Amino acid sequence: MRLPCPHCGVRDRREFTYQGAALARPDSPDWGEAWDDYLHNRDNPAGETRDLWYHDPCGTWLVVTRDTVSHAVHGAAPAAEGGA
Amino acid sequence: MRVAGKGLLEGGDDIAFRFDGTTYRGRAGDTLASALLANDVRLVARSFKYHRPRGVFTAGSEEPNALVTVGRGAAQVPNVRATVQEVYDGLDTRSQNAWPSLKHDALAINDALSPFLGAGFYYKTFMWPRGFWEKLYEPIIRRAAGLGALSGAANEDRYEKAFAFCDVLVIGAGPAGLMAALTAARAGADVILADEDQRMGGRTLAETHQIDGAPGHVWAGEVLDELAGMENVRLMPRTTITGAYDQGTYGALERVGLHRPPGGALPREGFWRIVARRAILCAGAIERHVAFPDNDRPGIMAASAVRAYLNRWGVAPGQAVTLFANNDDAHRTATDLLDAGVKVVGVIDSRDEAPVSPDYETFLRGRVTGTAGRHGLEEITIAHKSGGRTIRTDCLAVSGGWNPTLHLTSHLGARPEWAPGRAAFLPAKGAVPGLRVAGAARGTFSTAGCLAEGIQAARRTLADLDIAAPDIAAPEAEDAPYRIKALWQVPGDGRKWLDLQNDVTVKDVELAARENFRSVEHMKRYTTQGMATDQGKISNVAALAVLAEATGRGVAETGTTTFRPPFSPVSIAAMGAGGQGEGFAPRRLTTSHAASLERGAPMLEAGLWYRPAYFPRLGETTWRQSCDREVGMVREAVGVTDVSTLGKIDVQGPDAAAFLDFVYANRMSTLAEGRVRYGIMLREDGFVMDDGTCARLGPAHYLVTTTTAAAGQVMRHLDFARQVLRPDLDVGIASATEQWAQFAVAGPRAGALLADLLDDPVELPLMGAAEIEVAGVRGRLFRISFSGELGYEIAVPARFGAALFRLLVTLAEGQGGGAYGMEALNVLRIEKGFLTHAELHGRTTAHDLGLGRMMATGKDFVGRAAAGRPGLCEDREELVGLRPAGAVKQLTAGGFLFAPDAPPERVHAQGYTTSACFSPTLGTGLALGFLRDGRARHGETVKMVDHLRGLSVLCEVCDPVFFDPDGGRARG
Repeated sequence: MRLPCPHCGVRDRREFTYQGAALARPDSPDWGEAWDDYLHNRDNPAGETRDLWYHDPCGTWLVVTRDTVSHAVHGAAPAAEGGA
Repeated sequence: MRVAGKGLLEGGDDIAFRFDGTTYRGRAGDTLASALLANDVRLVARSFKYHRPRGVFTAGSEEPNALVTVGRGAAQVPNVRATVQEVYDGLDTRSQNAWPSLKHDALAINDALSPFLGAGFYYKTFMWPRGFWEKLYEPIIRRAAGLGALSGAANEDRYEKAFAFCDVLVIGAGPAGLMAALTAARAGADVILADEDQRMGGRTLAETHQIDGAPGHVWAGEVLDELAGMENVRLMPRTTITGAYDQGTYGALERVGLHRPPGGALPREGFWRIVARRAILCAGAIERHVAFPDNDRPGIMAASAVRAYLNRWGVAPGQAVTLFANNDDAHRTATDLLDAGVKVVGVIDSRDEAPVSPDYETFLRGRVTGTAGRHGLEEITIAHKSGGRTIRTDCLAVSGGWNPTLHLTSHLGARPEWAPGRAAFLPAKGAVPGLRVAGAARGTFSTAGCLAEGIQAARRTLADLDIAAPDIAAPEAEDAPYRIKALWQVPGDGRKWLDLQNDVTVKDVELAARENFRSVEHMKRYTTQGMATDQGKISNVAALAVLAEATGRGVAETGTTTFRPPFSPVSIAAMGAGGQGEGFAPRRLTTSHAASLERGAPMLEAGLWYRPAYFPRLGETTWRQSCDREVGMVREAVGVTDVSTLGKIDVQGPDAAAFLDFVYANRMSTLAEGRVRYGIMLREDGFVMDDGTCARLGPAHYLVTTTTAAAGQVMRHLDFARQVLRPDLDVGIASATEQWAQFAVAGPRAGALLADLLDDPVELPLMGAAEIEVAGVRGRLFRISFSGELGYEIAVPARFGAALFRLLVTLAEGQGGGAYGMEALNVLRIEKGFLTHAELHGRTTAHDLGLGRMMATGKDFVGRAAAGRPGLCEDREELVGLRPAGAVKQLTAGGFLFAPDAPPERVHAQGYTTSACFSPTLGTGLALGFLRDGRARHGETVKMVDHLRGLSVLCEVCDPVFFDPDGGRARG
């Protein structure tokens, strides 16, 4: 598997660390359903998914858009820029 | 037997090799199979289950029978296909699965017992008593049924892995592959042409057809010469493409040195990952067998293999050859044999109409109904449209038609499609993105068709890549139609083999169908059809057809099992290349490494770091003696140890304080300049991730330290917090772990040592930080302690680390102290109840650790919400100290805690120990652990049980700070 790092180009997946689904952190500082969802509950989409990967050599967190059916990687963008 | 004037091999029989102890001679270019056949060795193996005599069946990697063991001792490799292994001088090979010898195999008795040993025999027979399976039945069955064995010795041979990239990967170098590669190469594309054979050319080497007016192999040689001269082409012979993966990635196994004696400069094998923008599969086709009674004797071979041995290796596999086929292949074989002067007794053709020849007899509507010959074929009985007879023959060449080699097209999940006209499965369209199929692999069996398809596939591939295709014409070649009438088995009784390698017969498949294992996947697993190392390359389609017939369905309806990687066996050593021993793991060495080694310190691995365990002195014979002395040294004088491996992260920016408040559970924004604070970081799920210190070096400048173990994780986490969670904050972070060398100086005489070291004495309060000058070098001084003693940590740029360490140790020795290692460091911190990742193991909360009050309430921070959920701060296992309170004094880490009278079983466990040591300071064993509601139970007695070490120890529960509980020593 290869992922496109916006800074370094297309790189082997061994350079990346996988985090999980790209979700927005809940605003509330106190425990509630939103936090339960953020930490534990995941969709299992057949098709497009957005998840977070860390490119270890350059230290950039990326939002990677890929397809769980075809395994196609559509793109990656820095999470700091909204991961669009 | 060699046939004079035939074959493509040059030179004489000047290679000596051994098989089962006998020395034979072969030629450069021979495989073990061709060389054995040239020496008239027909019996080469015993079958897996029935120990039937077996000979060479094919001339390629699909070989089911001729598996041998190559080499001896640690370098021994079992289950090597004799059709792939090249001969070299000194090659030492042995047959497998036979005792006492290949000719006289005691377990051939299994063959006589075969009526009882059909499919499912083991499942039905060895059911009771249940306990007998593991101890009795399985070992016996394993000894009786099997292939080659490993030596059991560690393999010292070298294997490698490698990566390659190209525009176009062409898989297979037969007529289609050569044309595809040539077309793509002339267009200027980066081309890799891979072929599993030692010599490229595919069937052009095995047939007598002409291409463009020249013998096929001559034409192939010219194309290969042109390709070899082009800079944009990489030819990879002896390379099997083993699997197709996502994004145009292909696995490839190259036999780099297996054709030479071991021990040379070459690795044995190399495992490649090839990334290709496009690929063209030109892997050809594999000839099928026909199921007829006793169709497994040595001397019965694939017709295409007989032609290959004759035309390529100049070997006639028999002296009086018969042929049996349902297509024109047998006639082609007969013609080649006759031209070479080999006697052809007759051709048994199962069809109503077939080519006839004046040179040999043709039996139409013919079928082989039986064979005889103990160690090799001697005669066959046949039936045909006008009667039957017995024929003396020592070689029967069989063709049941061709199966396209489409395995790679199944690797991403696509199922092949049945084509009734070809009586074969063809690759599904678009099965692997970016992969096209050409030639025999997609059911085009004529040479002219293969050549044309190779060009066409390359043109389309080049168009995908926006590369202009050159003008290239298909060479002239034979264009015979493929005339076949499916024949899977000869009707009637007798044992008719399908899977030669796993000893599966027609009867087994029919039994599976009767017992309702009617799905192809169930039949496969019940009979083990296609589950051997050859993965049923010869037999799968025939077995499906037999199953279809037995269940009254068509082949298309019955379906097929799919193929998974690898295409042919890959040695674990090749896949794991680089992972043996230290492999490619980098060694992270501290600046004090050399000095520590000079002092005789054994090294401990901490992740990739190497850290000194202890510094032995004269007269000390055990680590405990050194450790106890070093602990005493720190408690009574002064010790020096390297703490550079702890993670150091530099945090700067206007929002640095806000950022740290967000990532730490406690507050850092209130920290004054020149001060240090202990902090804990949580994971977002509320559990503790790491602890460490945070020093404020300036108004907007902090230095965070992490534990050695979690340095990488914390850096990644801080990047996550900064980039993903709080991109609004104006802060920059950078790892400075390797830029600074840092040493702890601890003990009552640490102040005196510092006074010796520094020109300007520094008055630093506990938890203070300052910039200093050490021997003219700008450094940093922190007054922090991980030992409970008066302690400092001195940091200098890493290039001065080695010198500073030597200086510090010398000064310490002047104060009656010296260097101390990890063992003493661990004892010192256990005596003080300080934490490491033994305690911060990812399942403990701040509450568990007694740090609950550190979690600030007036701010948001990572882990705050989840830390507040039910179950994380009450009714938990809490950090306690433990001291032996009974006769047994030894405590260990990893023991479980029980009430004194409770049986030591998991359900009664109330906690566990995480760290243990002998404390020379207190003269007793100590342990840290977690005990249910432990903080309320100080003074109680519990039992620690270590099942692995057979220990049961009564202990007193106490505060985790065993020594100097009010911390007076660190205050100095």
